Amino acid sequence: MKSRNLPSYTVAFSAAICVVCAVLVSSAAVSLREKQTANAELDRKRNVLRAAGMMREDEVLPREEVEQRFGAFQMVAVDLRTGEEDADFDPTGYDPRRAQLDPTSSLPMPRNDAQIMRVPYHALAYKMLNEEGKLELLVLPIEGKGLWSTMYGFVALGPDLRTIRGLAYYQHGETPGLGGEVDNPRWKALWPGREAYNDEGEPVIEVIRGAAGPVEADPHRVDGLSGATITARGVTAMLRFWLGEQGFGRFIDRLRKEDGNARTT
Amino acid sequence: MPAPRDVILDPLFNNNPIALQVLGICSALAVTTKMETSIVMALAVVFVLSFSNLFVSILRELIPTNVRIIVQLTIIASLVIVVDQFLKAYLYDVSRQLSVFVGLIITNCIVMGRAEAFAMQNPPSLSFADGLGNGMGYGLILLLVGAFREIFGSGSFFGRPVFALAAEGGWYTPNGLMVLAPGAFFLIGLFIWALRTWKPAQVEKAEA
Repeated sequence: MKSRNLPSYTVAFSAAICVVCAVLVSSAAVSLREKQTANAELDRKRNVLRAAGMMREDEVLPREEVEQRFGAFQMVAVDLRTGEEDADFDPTGYDPRRAQLDPTSSLPMPRNDAQIMRVPYHALAYKMLNEEGKLELLVLPIEGKGLWSTMYGFVALGPDLRTIRGLAYYQHGETPGLGGEVDNPRWKALWPGREAYNDEGEPVIEVIRGAAGPVEADPHRVDGLSGATITARGVTAMLRFWLGEQGFGRFIDRLRKEDGNARTT
Repeated sequence: MPAPRDVILDPLFNNNPIALQVLGICSALAVTTKMETSIVMALAVVFVLSFSNLFVSILRELIPTNVRIIVQLTIIASLVIVVDQFLKAYLYDVSRQLSVFVGLIITNCIVMGRAEAFAMQNPPSLSFADGLGNGMGYGLILLLVGAFREIFGSGSFFGRPVFALAAEGGWYTPNGLMVLAPGAFFLIGLFIWALRTWKPAQVEKAEA
């Protein structure tokens, strides 16, 4: 019994346990990694489709169907510093969230309402072109603080690059039933048709307290979520941030100029 | 030595880890808003608990007593990571909903408690049975709470609608309390009450 507590035995035993457990854990992680990345990829595609209104929230689609619908999109890496598409950038395995934490691949942001500290140099956007090669739909990633959590989602803009086609959050930790209602399909249905920008090109979209008018009469405002003022403020702040100068503003401006069909005002 | 049958069945009602020992409450509150997450969490705990008991019991004669807790924890943590990786690969959506709570099985008092209190003193097969029983006792409460919370909080069961919701033109207005963690507290309290009425031996003696 005594020998079990000899320092040499304790060290040797602990080392052996560590090695065995480490081998077990790392072989599980390595052998399953491919499947996990494929899952994460598929999930991202689903979220883009949801924001674009090409897939209902509760719809369960097989992998092939998701791939097929997603085939209409092309992914572009946008250099947020210049607003240019960076064709040389290889997006395989690129994780903007990780890039955002790394000072060598992200820009610090001045204090802003969306409480975003840093913005990655490169963001991944999704474009859908029609047969003539004109932009039909643009899906952009957005993120920002709500009440409890950082909320991650996508916003889809129509061909005029002003009209919102859809908004979907795929990750957040807001209170279920209150702020968590950002997931509610009935709330999300209020978004399509709203105008993100005013005539001066400033992002003015706002989630208000109480009810906004119909799309035609009240294009820049959306109904608030009852009991979730701070979450709603977060949604407003992050949309204005990402659609504004510090986010995708320059990229959107460039697309408008470049794309002859930008049906402005 | 206790009989394997008792070791498996006792933790269901007679010595339930949640209802009698009041352990593992944290995850029981967090993951039980829906049946799907409840059942996956229950299975994850059954797996971790059975195998951590098994391995700790196999090594019980070899583990240096002064570092035994950390050795148990290493075994438990490794099993939990394997489960977590497996869920991410095969049940991606559920694993997203369970988020940190699979990882937190590591700190679930039931797992550590059984390793230290049972597996360190009993042979492997019996320890495995004990892990299975306690895991099922935990899972049973999770499923009960999950069933009530999903039916009354969202009007559905395993994601299928059972009550027509008022918001969609039906008659049922979901009970918001059921979706929030306090709802699970009330439910667990009610279960403990029901269980102790059925088995008065579980009632604690009043303190003098």
